[in-house]
Amino acid sequence: MAFLEIRNLCKRFGAAEVLKRIDLSLERGGFLVLVGPSGCGKSTLLNTIAGLETVSEGEIRINGRRVNELRPSDRDIAMVFQSYALYPNMTVAQNIAFGLEMRGVPKAERERAVREVAETLQISRLLARRPSQLSGGQRQRVAMGRALVRKPQVFLFDEPLSNLDAKLRVDMRTEIKQLHLNLGTTIVYVTHDQVEAMTLASVIAVLKDGEVQQFGTPEKIYNEPANIFVADFMGSPSMNLVSVDVVRANGATAVALARADGEPALLQVADSNGALRERAGQSVILGIRPEAVTDIDGADRHARNVVRVACIAEVVEPTGSDTYVVAKLGGRDFVARMRADADVAPKSQTVFAFNMDRAAFFDPKTELRIA
Amino acid sequence: MTGAAAPAPASTVLVRAAIYTLLLIFAVYYLLPLFVMVVNSLKELNEIRQGNMLALPQQVTIEPWKSAWSTAQIGVQPTGLRPYFLNSIMMVVPAVAISTLLGALNGYVLTKWRFRGDTVIFGLMLFACFIPFQIVLIPMARILGMIGLAGTTPGLVLVHIVYGLGFTTLFFRNYYAAFPTELVKAAQVDGAGFFRIFGRILLPSSGPIIVVTVIWQFTNIWNDFLFGASFADFDSLPMTVALNNLVSSSTGVKEYNVHFAGAIMAALPTLLVYIVAGRYFVRGLMAGAVKG
Amino acid sequence: MTLSQAEVAPVATAPRGLRAYAQDWLPRLVLAPSFAVILLFVYGFIVFTAYLSTTNSTILPRFDFVGLVNYQKLFAQPSWWTALKNLMIFGVLYIGICTGIGLLLAIFLDQKIRGEGVLRPIYLYPMALSFIVTGTAWKWFLDPGIGLEQVVQNWGWETFTFDWIKNSRMAIYTVVIAAVWQSSGFVMAMFLAGLRGIDTEIMRAAQIDGASALKLYRRIVIPMLRPAFLSAFVVLAHLAIKSYDLVIALTGGGPGRATELPATFMYSYTFTRNQMGVGAASAVIMLAMVASIMIPYLYTELKHEARS
Repeated sequence: MAFLEIRNLCKRFGAAEVLKRIDLSLERGGFLVLVGPSGCGKSTLLNTIAGLETVSEGEIRINGRRVNELRPSDRDIAMVFQSYALYPNMTVAQNIAFGLEMRGVPKAERERAVREVAETLQISRLLARRPSQLSGGQRQRVAMGRALVRKPQVFLFDEPLSNLDAKLRVDMRTEIKQLHLNLGTTIVYVTHDQVEAMTLASVIAVLKDGEVQQFGTPEKIYNEPANIFVADFMGSPSMNLVSVDVVRANGATAVALARADGEPALLQVADSNGALRERAGQSVILGIRPEAVTDIDGADRHARNVVRVACIAEVVEPTGSDTYVVAKLGGRDFVARMRADADVAPKSQTVFAFNMDRAAFFDPKTELRIA
Repeated sequence: MTGAAAPAPASTVLVRAAIYTLLLIFAVYYLLPLFVMVVNSLKELNEIRQGNMLALPQQVTIEPWKSAWSTAQIGVQPTGLRPYFLNSIMMVVPAVAISTLLGALNGYVLTKWRFRGDTVIFGLMLFACFIPFQIVLIPMARILGMIGLAGTTPGLVLVHIVYGLGFTTLFFRNYYAAFPTELVKAAQVDGAGFFRIFGRILLPSSGPIIVVTVIWQFTNIWNDFLFGASFADFDSLPMTVALNNLVSSSTGVKEYNVHFAGAIMAALPTLLVYIVAGRYFVRGLMAGAVKG
Repeated sequence: MTLSQAEVAPVATAPRGLRAYAQDWLPRLVLAPSFAVILLFVYGFIVFTAYLSTTNSTILPRFDFVGLVNYQKLFAQPSWWTALKNLMIFGVLYIGICTGIGLLLAIFLDQKIRGEGVLRPIYLYPMALSFIVTGTAWKWFLDPGIGLEQVVQNWGWETFTFDWIKNSRMAIYTVVIAAVWQSSGFVMAMFLAGLRGIDTEIMRAAQIDGASALKLYRRIVIPMLRPAFLSAFVVLAHLAIKSYDLVIALTGGGPGRATELPATFMYSYTFTRNQMGVGAASAVIMLAMVASIMIPYLYTELKHEARS
């Protein structure tokens, strides 16, 4: 039995179904990230776990105990909010101790706990200040302190880094990961930033329109996306998704990728499950990430199936660490990531190396992955 | 407040019932005097004296209303409240219009054409809103006498404009402060001058604050008593003073029903404004409390 | 080295034009009349009245300086002390009860009440009425002969009395009742706006922290309403000091002088008792009271604005 179990959860606001049949589980000490675009229901899901919203159907269990009927303060959870939600008229110390105070923890013990947590988060010198006197990053730490001090079974984070500037966000992200490693706490974390999801999570649930699109480890989500939405949403720059025709030639299966100038390029595929062979003559969606399309020398040497395609490089974007080359393939802008010193001139003929080991194929109608 | 996940235990239902009950009791408290006024303005006088003030009229009569309007004794004239109603209108309309327009111009200057010392000037104008008017009664009476406007409606109009300027300027100034200055600068670059920017750019977007200011001024000027009592003559006496005259006369029979009818008549214009545009009235109240 | 022509020519002859010059001064010209009017009719008059308070004016203003004699006379008047005492009682009760009711109603209305759209205007409409109308309504409603006392007696409770309005000791409390009726809705509106400005995330955090509703309001929400408390206090205090219309309509200052307030005192001494000097002195005291509240408040508000 997992530590946190969500079974068949539905949430309706009047007639609108905001969460549809959610099934998730998280083992003790795991880090579950709920990620998805705005309005996908991730915050609502978090609020139901917290007890701030009721559940229309289904069950939530924490450590084997059903919590649907319990008030938030009885579920042994703590939450860190996007806008930190610090009590403005109390000092940092009082903010952190408030939950303990409401539980009737005696003063001496409260003060000890506060000091301990402040040490861990390095905010000891801020204890006498008011929230209005703190910077964004400091407030974030106080919010985390307030959650930590209660030693709950599950920590909930609701987009805690969204209000911070880019650099601070990266620093705090590392700190959160460090905290998780050191304390071994069970965490459910909501974000719309897929980079945060990838770096922090032990499991990711990608949500769209109240449904779980895919639930798995970051590695699986990234390399074996279950559908087009997941494939497109995760990864930056996003996965190239183009329409290709399946062709059978000489007993082998290949897909034809249209080129702006000249004949379509033929990309051989190792069709291990035969799904593509069945669709010979039809079109499917090819998904391949920019880092799998490189210059010849940059291609993965351990890859089994690398296909070379020559076409015109439309736009060349050097970033210092890589060179992004955009070409018109499959009727769309196609992004390839080449090495920084790859010698590519705009509007010139270039050879692209497609690592077909890393290619994914999707059914155009159902949008599900087929190979 | 977001509800907890647990289904409503009995105590919550009880609490909510208590809340609704209390709210309803207060609603009665606020409505009762109005109810009493309306109901008793339609009763015969003996019914009021013998009966229950809270009871509905056994015999409905509109005589009190007719009397209050045209035949009741106000001071020495049995003219009813009608002429004074008209006086109030003739006083209120120009006063509201002019003080609002001036307030708009002032607010415009103070926010879009900053100069040294403008905060001090605004501070002085702002404080002027809050003075007890008793402090200006004596000199104002003298000045009105000196310029020959004592006891006249134009005199009252002048008084209300002067003492309304502080508030109207405050309202427009706070509103225009939030108005993007870039638009004004862009218009200047396009060659528009002071008045054109005002007329073509700021004024068209000022709908809400104009309504708030007009309602505020209308309510305050219509409801004013002190200035009317101090500076008006029978030709120019406003409604509120006439009403008080009617109600507080110590001679003769107290015709409560007529008093109530008269009071409702005096209250109707502002009440109507409140019913129609109450939202804006509230905004004015909030803005007038200076918090922003 | 010779200076070029451009360096020698004075700047003033540059063709800036009358139009540009006027544009610079136009804003000040537009503001000037209003400002001048306020300077004269407000501050000028204040000075005038203050000066009058140091003269021997009776029916008409006289300009002979007699120092602070009028103030001595003023504070020797028992009715002035009655007025001040009444103002204290009235002010404290008025502000206190309005704040209490306003806060209570606001908190209740914030609980997702159905019918809020109907209740709120009901609580607020008295603010739209003239104090004279309010006074008239309550005057007869509290009248022992035909009002509440009569109603309850008719209902069967024969010995019920409610003649506060005719009782010199209790009359001031009737003024409180009527004034609270008029203004508490406004205080409610201010607190409601303040409550609605509180971030829901803070409420949620408190829920998770296990705060009961009472603790939530006492420890978190009410302290966060401090600006609203301050604004309400300032407005109510200001209204209380100025109170004139309501008293005139409700009790006429009576019975006797039982509901005398500084405002009624000033009016009667200046215009009916022909003691303009003393009346002016009382007006100056009223101004001082208002100023002692408004000036610090306005100053901090403007400072706050300038900083943000």
